[in-house]
Amino acid sequence: MCLPAVGSIATVALFPLLWAGWESLHVHDLRMPWLGRPFVGLANYAEAIGDARFRAALAHTAAFAAVSVTLELVLGTLLAVALDGARRGVARTAALLPWAIPTVVAALVWRFLFDGPASAANEVARLLGLSDAPIVWLAEPWLAWVPIVVADVWKTTPFVALLLLAALQNVPAELVEAARSDGAGAWQRFWHVSFPTLRPALLVALLFRALDAFRIFDLVFVLTAGGPGTATEPVALYTFQVLLRDLRFGYGSALSMTIFLATFALAWLYVRLAGSELLERER
Amino acid sequence: MKRLATLAALAAIALPLWLAATASLSPEARLFEGPVWLPRELALEHYRALGSHGDFWLGLRNSLVVASLTTALCLPIGALCAYALARLRFPGRAVLLAATMATAMFPQIAIVSPLYLLLRALGLVHTYPGLVVPYVSFALPLTVWLLVGFLRQLPAEIEQAALLDGASRWRVWFEIVMPLAAPALAATGILTFLYCWNEFLFALSFTLGPERQTMPVAIALLRGQYQIPWGTILAAAVVSTAPVAALVLAFQRRITAGLAAGAVKG
Repeated sequence: MCLPAVGSIATVALFPLLWAGWESLHVHDLRMPWLGRPFVGLANYAEAIGDARFRAALAHTAAFAAVSVTLELVLGTLLAVALDGARRGVARTAALLPWAIPTVVAALVWRFLFDGPASAANEVARLLGLSDAPIVWLAEPWLAWVPIVVADVWKTTPFVALLLLAALQNVPAELVEAARSDGAGAWQRFWHVSFPTLRPALLVALLFRALDAFRIFDLVFVLTAGGPGTATEPVALYTFQVLLRDLRFGYGSALSMTIFLATFALAWLYVRLAGSELLERER
Repeated sequence: MKRLATLAALAAIALPLWLAATASLSPEARLFEGPVWLPRELALEHYRALGSHGDFWLGLRNSLVVASLTTALCLPIGALCAYALARLRFPGRAVLLAATMATAMFPQIAIVSPLYLLLRALGLVHTYPGLVVPYVSFALPLTVWLLVGFLRQLPAEIEQAALLDGASRWRVWFEIVMPLAAPALAATGILTFLYCWNEFLFALSFTLGPERQTMPVAIALLRGQYQIPWGTILAAAVVSTAPVAALVLAFQRRITAGLAAGAVKG
């Protein structure tokens, strides 16, 4: 009964992965078909290691993932605690809206909010007294990260909160009450009673968000296109450029395989570290 | 305190969408003066301008075709596999479930190159099947995962009674499980549709022009000659998002139940 599903997943996901591995061992440039497709072993990987732009893109991706996922988990937990007890219909509506909106559309909305001297972002910065002169967000290498991180946090935090809210509702109310009558403050109640129940859900959210942040593409493509220059270019965007703009399929496949192996290693390491705890909780 | 925090969070979530919507309804000149917190006048010029943007409407049509086809293929295939995973005991079941999950978290960029070469060899670049085939395999893990979560919640007694009466597994699947799972299928179908509606990387990589580009690509590439036509872009954002957002909100109860059960981000 699983044959159709497994078959189609295997033909379009697993088989191409092996193909990408094989392709990455060749020089294959669609702009120069006369070169053919000679076998070069690991030369493409050697080039990737020496490629400063690729290394920078890896660093960008890792830094972005670390910052945005941390923010999302902290804010998501706070939001879940705040929403716990609120009317659930409101919570669901609020959480699902940013999540259901296409990433491209969300990115365009945020680009609009950060674009130009009279943008909403500048208005807010002025109101908060952060800056008198209009800030040119998208033209500065460091500042251009702000709209990217803000947009990602806006789009995914409510969803993280929703996952945590489901877990939070498993916290026995009697336990919280007992802690309250024993004189535990709000923070102590959260840290000693709610948080242990929340841990597995947090670990799951962390894994999903981290893997998701690592493959960021749409948001950056629309918001900054990796710019100014290549200051905000993540690995997925650089690989896309190498493949479909430069048409260097051999080298691009080597970059793809590197990303895949990095993701795989990340997930594997994570499951080794946190998996046993998750399984124990399941039982 | 708690209520205040909730209100602040709701405002932070809604404000960007509100500002985008009000801007799409304001005259172009107004947009250079600052954010439109409260619209004083209503201008439909951007929506009229959008009407003559053929590429955007082509994108909507293509998205509709690709997302519907993918959902129509994913649901039966996924429901079959999910039933087996939820009810039958067979060797490799756990491995299969884990593998499905792993594919869902897979970075798409890792297989853009071989998929492109494959589609090129088959002459499928810039065609509907060229998008539907990759979409089916990437949306299937999500479909299967969600449906397994839903099907596990169905009582097994009716199926067992039917099996005792001599009905085959296939008949049980088709005549008992599927009707019972209709609401779950609807929710899963919406999520699968949404996945295809929002997908960007494959749509950008495997199409060459407006005739087959889907909505996200069409919107992302909507550019003016001299400056970004924000009014028109935001109007396009509203038009392409509002129907889907309404659909999601209408089914929010089932969707959140499924997502929380599967802990999957679409």
